Amino acid sequence: MIEIQNLTKHYGEIKAIEDVTFTVEKGEILGFLGPNGAGKTTTMNIITGYIPSTSGTVKVSGYDIMDQPREVKKRIGYMPEHPPLYLDMTVKDYLDFSASLKEVDKKTWKSQKNDIMELVKITHVQHRLIRNLSKGYRQRVGLAQALVGAPEVLILDEPTVGLDPKQIIEIRKLIKALGKSHTIILSSHILPEVSAVCERVVIINKGKIVAVDTPEQLSKNLVDYSKFTITIAGPDKKVKELLQQVYGIIEIEVQNKIRENEFSYIVEADKEVDVRKPIFHKLAEHGYPILELKSLSMSLEEIFLQLTTEEKEVN
Amino acid sequence: MWAIWKREVQAYFYQPIAYVLISLSFLVLSIYYTFGTIAGRYAEMNTLLSNIIFILTFIIPILTMRILTEDRKSGTEVMLVTSPVEVYEIVIGKYLASLTVFLVIYVLTFTYPIIIAALGGKMEIPMLLGGYLAFLLIGMSFIAVGVFASSLTENQIVAAIIGFVILLVIHLVDPIANYVGGVLAKILGIFSLLSRYEDLNSGILDITSIIYYLSFTAVFLFLTTRVIDKRRWSQG
Repeated sequence: MIEIQNLTKHYGEIKAIEDVTFTVEKGEILGFLGPNGAGKTTTMNIITGYIPSTSGTVKVSGYDIMDQPREVKKRIGYMPEHPPLYLDMTVKDYLDFSASLKEVDKKTWKSQKNDIMELVKITHVQHRLIRNLSKGYRQRVGLAQALVGAPEVLILDEPTVGLDPKQIIEIRKLIKALGKSHTIILSSHILPEVSAVCERVVIINKGKIVAVDTPEQLSKNLVDYSKFTITIAGPDKKVKELLQQVYGIIEIEVQNKIRENEFSYIVEADKEVDVRKPIFHKLAEHGYPILELKSLSMSLEEIFLQLTTEEKEVN
Repeated sequence: MWAIWKREVQAYFYQPIAYVLISLSFLVLSIYYTFGTIAGRYAEMNTLLSNIIFILTFIIPILTMRILTEDRKSGTEVMLVTSPVEVYEIVIGKYLASLTVFLVIYVLTFTYPIIIAALGGKMEIPMLLGGYLAFLLIGMSFIAVGVFASSLTENQIVAAIIGFVILLVIHLVDPIANYVGGVLAKILGIFSLLSRYEDLNSGILDITSIIYYLSFTAVFLFLTTRVIDKRRWSQG
C-alpha cells in the first residue's frame, strides 16, 4: 500500500532524515515512534506531498508522489500535528470546503458528511465557528477533515498531543476503529499510545530508522535473557542456594521480604533455556511452594529508551 | 481552484475587511466625483479614473495582505498543498477572490457615469469604455503584485508594506526614466504600468497595452507559485 524507499531530506548541511525505508500493508495501523525532532513530521510531510524529498521514493497504491502527486494526494487523508483549521469558518462550512477542495462529488459528500461527523462526534457543534471550539473538538475537526473523501490511507501526526486523558482515550478508540477500513500511519512520541493502537512499530531516531517490528516482537528481540519475579515461601538463604543449582539461571536477587519466610526474587536466566519447570521441581523437592511466578518482558518504553539512548541497531 | 476562490471570498465577507475597503474606496471616490466631476460640471469620467490609481495603491496591498500569509501562519497551507490541487490553482483561486472584492468596488463606480447620463451629460462612449478597461486592467495587475507580496512573508503588515513599496516603485518608474534618459529609460519603460494606463484612459485602444497588463499579471502570479514551491523545498 505504502512503500517508502531510501527517503532522505537535507536542509543544507542538516540531514533531517536519512535513508528511511519501510512499507505499510493495506489495512495496517503502523506506529511511527521517535523523540521530538527525530524526523517524524518531515517524513509525513514528504509522504503527503507537502514537501519534496532530497532523494528516495514514496509510492502509495503504486503511484509515486513526485510523478503523480494528484493520484497520491487523492488517496491520503492527512492530519498534521497542528490541525489546519480555518478559524473563521463553521465546522460544517469547513468540511464542505475540504470536500470540494478534494473534489469529492456532491452526491457522495452528502451521504458521507453526516457519517463522518457522527463518527468523530462533532455533529452537535457543526454550526459553531471553529474559533470557539476547545482543543479537543478542534482536534476532532482536524481528524474529520482527514476523513473527507474516504481516503484509503490516513496519516496522523501526533493526533493526541495536547488532549486531556479522557479525550486521548476516545481518539485512540476512534483510530482503532478507523483501522478496520483504512491503512494508517500514526506518529507519536508517547509509547503506550503506539503499543495500544498499532500492530507494527517503526522507531526513528535522529533521522534514521532504528527498528521495525511488532510491539511484542520488539520486546522479545531486545531481551538477551529472560527475567522472572518469583515469590516463594521459605527461608531466603536456603531458597537462593537451591535456585543457584538450577541449570540456566544466571542471577538471583531478593526483591523484598513479604512476610516471615516469604520472599520475592528477581531471577535472570539464559534466554535459550526454559527454567520454569526445573525451578518448580527443585523447590517442590524441598517443600518450598512457589506462590507466584511472573515473566518480566521488557516494556516498549524500556526498549525505546534503550534504542534511543544507545542507538542499538536491531534489524 | 473554485473551492479556494469561494472560501476566500467568504472569508473576505466574514471579516470586516471587505466592507471597510469597499466603503472606504467608494467614499473617497465619491468625494472626488462629487467635488471634481459633478461640481466642475464635467461630462466625462477619465479625470476621475486617472485618480483611481492613487487610491488603488493604498487599497490593494490591504486587500491582498492576508490572502497567502494567513495560510502560512495558521498551518492551513498544509491542507491546501496536500489536497489534490496544484500550487498554481491555489494561487489563481486566491487571486480571483481578491479580484472579486475589487470587482465589487469596480461595479459600484458604474453609478457615476449613470448619474452623469441622468443629469443629461453627454459622454464620449469610447473614452468611457477605454477608461473602464484601463481601470480593470490596472486593478488586475496591482492585485497580482499584492498576492505576490503576501507570498513572501507570514506577517500581514509586512505583506502590505511590501506590496505598497512595489506599487510605489511602479509609480516612480516614469519620473526616473525621464530623468536618466537613453537605453535605461527604455528598459524602465517596460515596467511602466502608468504610461500605458494613461494611453488607454485617453481612449487609445492599443491591443499591446492589454496584452502587457495581462502578461504582467501572469508573471507576478507565476512568481508567486515559484515562491511557494521554493519554500516547500527548503522547509521542514
